[in-house]
Amino acid sequence: MGKVIVVTSGKGGVGKTTSSAALGAALAQGGEKVVVVDFDVGLRNLDLVMGAERRVVYDIVNVIQGDAKLTQALIRDKRLETLYLLPASQTRDKDHLTPEGVEKVIAALKKSFDWVICDSPAGIERGATLAMRHADVAIVVTNPEVSSVRDSDRIIGLLDSKTLKAEAGERMEKHLLLTRYDPARAARGDMLKVDDVLEILSIPLLGIIPESMDVLRASNVGAPVTIADGSSAPSRAYFDAARRLKGEELEVTVPGNEKRGFFGKIFGRKAA
Amino acid sequence: MNLFRIFSRPPSSAPAARERLQVLLAHERAVVGGDSDLVAKLRDEILRVIQKHMKIDQEKVSVTMERGDQMSTLAVDIEIPFKPGKKAA
Repeated sequence: MGKVIVVTSGKGGVGKTTSSAALGAALAQGGEKVVVVDFDVGLRNLDLVMGAERRVVYDIVNVIQGDAKLTQALIRDKRLETLYLLPASQTRDKDHLTPEGVEKVIAALKKSFDWVICDSPAGIERGATLAMRHADVAIVVTNPEVSSVRDSDRIIGLLDSKTLKAEAGERMEKHLLLTRYDPARAARGDMLKVDDVLEILSIPLLGIIPESMDVLRASNVGAPVTIADGSSAPSRAYFDAARRLKGEELEVTVPGNEKRGFFGKIFGRKAA
Repeated sequence: MNLFRIFSRPPSSAPAARERLQVLLAHERAVVGGDSDLVAKLRDEILRVIQKHMKIDQEKVSVTMERGDQMSTLAVDIEIPFKPGKKAA
């Protein structure tokens, strides 16, 4: 039986889809069988970030409504054999995402995948609550910024009350993934520090993803950042986070870009 | 690796983003504008025609699409069971 993970945040634009794709790919790169499910019906983007937007045939709503079999809707990644995507519907109303339908889809995916990663939409409405409902583990994506931390706190509350685990009286396993972190700005005192965020949200840290051009570059070309450039700073952070998800205990560090030489500094800036 | 990075920056990625968006949005605007997605429509009708002549096991049907700017491709792959005893229609 596979593990169901929800990647959530409340706030939009903090990196849920980027992180879902990067972690999914990182796990698949380690040989695990992974499916990433887009729950953002009406505003899907995971297909675009993973570079499969031209190949979407069926989506999760087609499967729920019985127009397509689950196996027909799954898109296999062209680069990684064990990585799959289940797209959200772009045109249909999000009311077509029913609790019963989602339950069936997740149950079926759990049987054939090691990891089922649910990419939640922003907000706290139906799509977001259904994405978290069946989760065994939650990843709360947060930026070191006041509104993101506040929304994460709200989402943590929902994870502890609206999920099947919570309703069964069990403890929901939650992890913080701090994204777009800039160590230099934090050191200057212009950005919330890791410890500040940890103290406020008090959930364990899964990883710190540094702010980086590599993330934008990867989404431009339609590849999870861990595939686009596996040696980049954000990729190394995602690989470490994936290992922690698998239960390894690693010290959390903020991978930085290797120091650029004198020429790199001069010439590198212009193009960036 | 490091030296590589200093002297050769990766090729710029923005043109790729622009091109991907143009293709994708051209298809999506057509759908939102009322014309239903032609490729999706063809897919449904092809399957319906085939179903008229034989019972299709949904598990044995694979449909793939590739949307392009000049051309899209649609591939419908169906396993048709062959029964030697029966006379071909």
